[in-house]
Amino acid sequence: MDYEISLLTTIAISVLFALSLNLITGFCGQISLGHAAFLGVGAYTSAMLSQAGWPFLATLPVAMLLAAALGCIVGLASLRVRADFLAVTTMGVGFLFIGVVRQQEWLGGEMGLSGFPGSGLDKPAFLALALGLAVLTALLCLYIRRTWMGRVFGGIAEDEDTMRVLGIDVPRYKLAAFAIGTALAGLAGALYAQHFKFIGPDSFGFVESVTVLSMVVVGGIGSVFWVAVAAALLSALPGWFQFIGDYKLLVYGGLLFLMMRFAPGGLAGIVQSWRKPKPAAASAPAGAVAKGVQP
Amino acid sequence: MNANTTSAQPPLLQVAHITVRFGGLTAIDDVSFDVHAGELLGLIGPNGAGKTTMLRSITGVVRAQQGSVRLQGEALDGLAIERRIRRGLALSQQLVKPLRHLSLLENVALAAGSAKTASPLGSLLHRSEHDEQARALELLRSVGIAERADQLPGTQPLGVLKRLEMARALALAPRVLLLDEPLAGLNSKEAHALAETIAGINRGGVTIVLIEHNLGEVMRICRRLVVLDNGRKIGDGEPRAVMNDPAVRAAYLGNDSVAASAADAQNQETAHA
Repeated sequence: MDYEISLLTTIAISVLFALSLNLITGFCGQISLGHAAFLGVGAYTSAMLSQAGWPFLATLPVAMLLAAALGCIVGLASLRVRADFLAVTTMGVGFLFIGVVRQQEWLGGEMGLSGFPGSGLDKPAFLALALGLAVLTALLCLYIRRTWMGRVFGGIAEDEDTMRVLGIDVPRYKLAAFAIGTALAGLAGALYAQHFKFIGPDSFGFVESVTVLSMVVVGGIGSVFWVAVAAALLSALPGWFQFIGDYKLLVYGGLLFLMMRFAPGGLAGIVQSWRKPKPAAASAPAGAVAKGVQP
Repeated sequence: MNANTTSAQPPLLQVAHITVRFGGLTAIDDVSFDVHAGELLGLIGPNGAGKTTMLRSITGVVRAQQGSVRLQGEALDGLAIERRIRRGLALSQQLVKPLRHLSLLENVALAAGSAKTASPLGSLLHRSEHDEQARALELLRSVGIAERADQLPGTQPLGVLKRLEMARALALAPRVLLLDEPLAGLNSKEAHALAETIAGINRGGVTIVLIEHNLGEVMRICRRLVVLDNGRKIGDGEPRAVMNDPAVRAAYLGNDSVAASAADAQNQETAHA
C-alpha cells in the first residue's frame, strides 16, 4: 500500500507541475525548455526553510513567491524574444540554475540536500494534500481559461501583433502567465522536496524540463484535462517499466518528436478528431497547436 | 493672437511636422494635417508616397524622428501601439488578421471587451462575455456579416474578412478609425459595397482616416483629401479641388489621366445628385 500511496503522490506532483507549464506554453503560447528550474527553486526554498525550522505549510507560499520572482525575470526575457529564441533562452536559464546550485555549498552543492525536517503529515495525509493542490490547480486553470485573461492568452498564443492592435498590453499578460505558471511550479517543487526527502541539482535538470514539456505536448497543448492525464500516465510509467526509468530522455524525447510530427494536437487532438471527423482536416493540426485544443 | 476662432473646433487628430527617415531615405518629410471630429478623410497618393508609413507613425509602429501626433490635444509620441489604441485610435489593417480559433462573433467580442482587458488582474476577475457578444453582433450587423457570426474566419472570403477587421476595430469604440486600404483585393462590386458601409459608419458619427488606392471610391465617399507624394504633402482640401490641382495631377502616376477621370467621375456624380 505504501508503494501505491507514494506513486500516487508522485503522480499528483507531476500533474501539478505539468499544469503549471501548460499555463505558460499551452494557454499563452510561450515555450519553455527550462521549467524544471522553477521546480528547483520551490524545492530548495522549501527544504532550506524547513531546515531553518519553518513548518512545511508555511514554506509553500514562500516557495511560490521566489519561483514567481525568478519566473518574472525570465518572463522579461520573453518580451524581447519569440518562439525558437525563447526556447533557447529558457533552456539557458535551466542550465544556469543547475550551474549556480552546484557551486553553492550552503545549498548542498553537488551532493544536494537531504535529512531536512518532515512535513509532520503521514503519507496518506501528504498524498491528500498533494492531490488537493493538484485538483485546485486544475480548477484554477479551468477558471482562468473562462475569464477574459484566458481569452487574451489564447489570442497572444495565436498572434501577439494582432492583440497589440486590439489594445492589449501583451508584455504584461505574458509576465502574468510566467508569474502564475512559475509560482505553481514552485508549489510543485516544495511538494517534490518533501515527498522525495532528497533534492540535488540533477533533480531539476534538462531531462526534467523535457519530461514536463513532453507531458504537455502528449496531453495536447492547452488542454487542462488531457495534460493532467498525460502527466499522470507518463509519471507512472517509470515506476511500472524499469527500462523507461533507465532511458528517460530517450523515451520522452522520442514521444515529444512523435507527437509533434504525427499528432501535434496531442491526446486532446486525437480524441477530438475521433469524436467529429472534420472536413477541414488540412488546417486542423496547425490550428490545434495555436489554439490549445479544448477538452 | 487667438489661433482658435470661436467657430472652429480644435482638431481631433493632429499630425504636426512628422518626419520619418529609414537610414538615408526620407519616407515622410515634414507632413502636417488635421482630422476634425466627424470627418471622413482620404489619405491618398501614388505607390511609395509614404501613406502606410504615415499611418504607422500615427499608430506608433514606426517612430518619427521629428514631429508630433496628438489625439484630442494629448501627445501620443513615444507610446507603444497598444497604448495609442487605448487612447482612442483603432486600426483596420490592410492584411486581415483574424484570430483563427475564434468565430467572427468572438473575434469582435474580444475587442469589445477592451475595458475588461486593460490589466491582467482585471481580466482575471471578469468572466461573462454576454454584453460584449451582444455588442459584437450589433457591429457585425452594421458591417453586414451578422449571418456568419458563428462561423470561423478560416473559411470566409476576403470581402467578409475585411468587414470583420472593420467591425473589430469599431468594437474598440475609437475616436478615430484608421482604415488601411480596406478595398484592396476586392472586386469593383464588393469595393463599392464596402465603401458604402464605410460612408455609413462615418455618418453614424465615427471619424475616419481612409488610406486607399481606389480613387473612384475615395472621390465618391470622402469629403476631404490629403495627398502625399514622395513623402511630402502636395494637396489638402475638397476632393475635386485637390484633384484638379496641376501639382497633384502631375504627381499622380506621372500623368493626369487617372486623376482627371476620377475628378470627372466626381463631377458627373454631383451633377446627377
